[in-house]
Amino acid sequence: MTSWTEELTRARLHVVSGKGGTGKTTIAAALALALATGGRRVLLIEVEGRQSIAQLFDRAPLPYAEERIASAPGGGEVHALAIDAEAALLEYLAMFYNLGFAGRTLRKMGAIEFATTLAPGLRDVLLTGKVKECVNRTGSDGRHLYDAVVLDAPPTGRVVKFLDVTKAMADLAKVGPIKGQSEGVVRLLHSGDTAVHLVALLEEMPVRETLDAVAELDAADLRPGAVLVNRVNPVRLPARSVSVAAEGRVDATRVRAGLTAAGLDLDEFTLEGLVDETVEHAIRVQSEQEAMELLSESDLPTVELPELTDGVDVAALYELAEVLVAAGVR
Amino acid sequence: MTARLEFDPLLDDPATRVLVCCGSGGVGKTTTAAALALRAAERGRRVVVLTIDPARRLAQSLGLRELDNHPREVVVEGFEPKGELFAMMLDMRRTFDDMVLTHAGRDRADQILSNPFYQTISSSFSGTQEYMAMEKLGQLVAQDEWDLIVVDTPPSRSALDFLDAPQRLSTVLDGKFIRMLSAPARASGRGLLKIVGTGFSLFTRAVSTIVGGQLLQDASTFVQAFDSMFGGFRERAQRTYELLRSPGTGFVVVAAAEPDALREASYFVERLSAENMPLCGLVANRTHPVIATDLPAAKALAAADDLDRSGEAPLAAAVLRLHADRVAVADRERRLLARFTRAHPGVALVGVPALPADVHDLDGLREIGRRLAGE
Repeated sequence: MTSWTEELTRARLHVVSGKGGTGKTTIAAALALALATGGRRVLLIEVEGRQSIAQLFDRAPLPYAEERIASAPGGGEVHALAIDAEAALLEYLAMFYNLGFAGRTLRKMGAIEFATTLAPGLRDVLLTGKVKECVNRTGSDGRHLYDAVVLDAPPTGRVVKFLDVTKAMADLAKVGPIKGQSEGVVRLLHSGDTAVHLVALLEEMPVRETLDAVAELDAADLRPGAVLVNRVNPVRLPARSVSVAAEGRVDATRVRAGLTAAGLDLDEFTLEGLVDETVEHAIRVQSEQEAMELLSESDLPTVELPELTDGVDVAALYELAEVLVAAGVR
Repeated sequence: MTARLEFDPLLDDPATRVLVCCGSGGVGKTTTAAALALRAAERGRRVVVLTIDPARRLAQSLGLRELDNHPREVVVEGFEPKGELFAMMLDMRRTFDDMVLTHAGRDRADQILSNPFYQTISSSFSGTQEYMAMEKLGQLVAQDEWDLIVVDTPPSRSALDFLDAPQRLSTVLDGKFIRMLSAPARASGRGLLKIVGTGFSLFTRAVSTIVGGQLLQDASTFVQAFDSMFGGFRERAQRTYELLRSPGTGFVVVAAAEPDALREASYFVERLSAENMPLCGLVANRTHPVIATDLPAAKALAAADDLDRSGEAPLAAAVLRLHADRVAVADRERRLLARFTRAHPGVALVGVPALPADVHDLDGLREIGRRLAGE
């Protein structure tokens, strides 16, 4: 199993997807912090209108504007942007059609939501278009404003459709300004500048969806990046004891002797409880190892992130970022 | 004091006709739905469970091999329930197609089915799965072949999507805009035009440039055909919505003992109460209660450190550490659930201890059913 590769280091747009419930927003935020470590400037983007970044960093909802939300070790900084398809459409229309005041009225009437729903591909084209603009934006010195952009993307079931702008465009007008813009998006997403990372858990469904997503990404000529395995539990049992214990065979006499040696005199009930807990632990470890083996079929760089017993707060994001940095993320 | 959610009386009550399992993605809704259905069947009811996107092994344990969109009796060797158990997987596209075929004449149906806009909406619009789940539920109720229907809901981040998505879809498809955009000359939108002024015509032009005149035309054709066929999306969504509010329906909110899942569960609980929809209670799924309750974590860790220093008894040291891990997890889960019950003291709750591995057969489902019932 390889960890972060040289190729991934060259990517400037890191797309993070994963099955719902795997913690993809958390991991996207930790990845942004990791990439910013050492003094870089990173932009973290969300596109699903859920304000998850604001919740994660425990702050007020983000406006449709880039704001600095965190500092990273070594003078790095993470900025955040919540892209809203309706705002993006208005911005876009304003650029080409000078809608002015009418734009706001139309929005109030639900016209914009209507337009983006009418052509589901339109929403994706607008969102990825804005992402591209952020990735390519340069400062007055001619250098990229952001060293890297992390996109908290839709879940695995929808991510390929989301990124496959060429397909979406087939449904839309063949001419006009949006056509030109989307060609640039296609170039960026299919280039070495972009990597699509997948967040997985060591359970049946997330593993299956991860492998399916890798196949789909390959088929669409998009580049799978790394598999980020979230919430990995510590393995406490010695390797040789796992399979025996998983079959329910834990040598209670040996456990008791050990406990006594440590000065613990436990009643029979507690000892039985400990044995049951050990069997459950072993079964879980075993099924997680099987899941890990399945994941390795993807042949992608894999990074394991630990389960955080105290839950995810801002401090935990830094902890996860450290793990990513240790795995070679930069 | 929070009441315990008691499933057996609920499952046994002939007045319970529909149970909807909802919650955010990845919390185990499908498994919960299947386990409740199995338990109800074994307690004597004629049950059908409508699953949406089940894990492969779970589907196999119910004998479901493919999406065929019709309930099949669960036939597994040695499985002889007192009642009967049927299961199905939702095929969103097929459900939509069937709906069109049933209500439109053959020619008209062909026309709709081949409409490019229909194809987009029926396969990729984000609210369609929710809409079709409701539609299928309506059909199962109308068939009146089962005395209990257990429904799983589509995997979305927000549990509220199940209630909102059909409405969202119908708002779009019933809207004035689609008519005005597709046929501005015929639209009786004079008043509206006056308010928005030239902005609207600019908007129309802009939108048709972006999405293409053809797509607008297709959309308009589709909506008109659909409208005359069903009296509109909105009405149809509204009818199913009413069904969810009728006596005999109950909502089971499923959440993992995690902040995000519980936050979603909170929103959902509040929403159900605001809409007068009957909530059965909360399933706190996959908890990890401590089994060896008399051994505090700190004591276990101290002893493990002792053992590690001496290098003796590695097995006992491992056992102590995994116990301490478990205590920490259980404490956190308890804390999170306590926060939920403080905010919603009236919501009955049951904790379902996690099975150490994924469910892959009926025995596994039966075990979850026992845990749901608090056995």
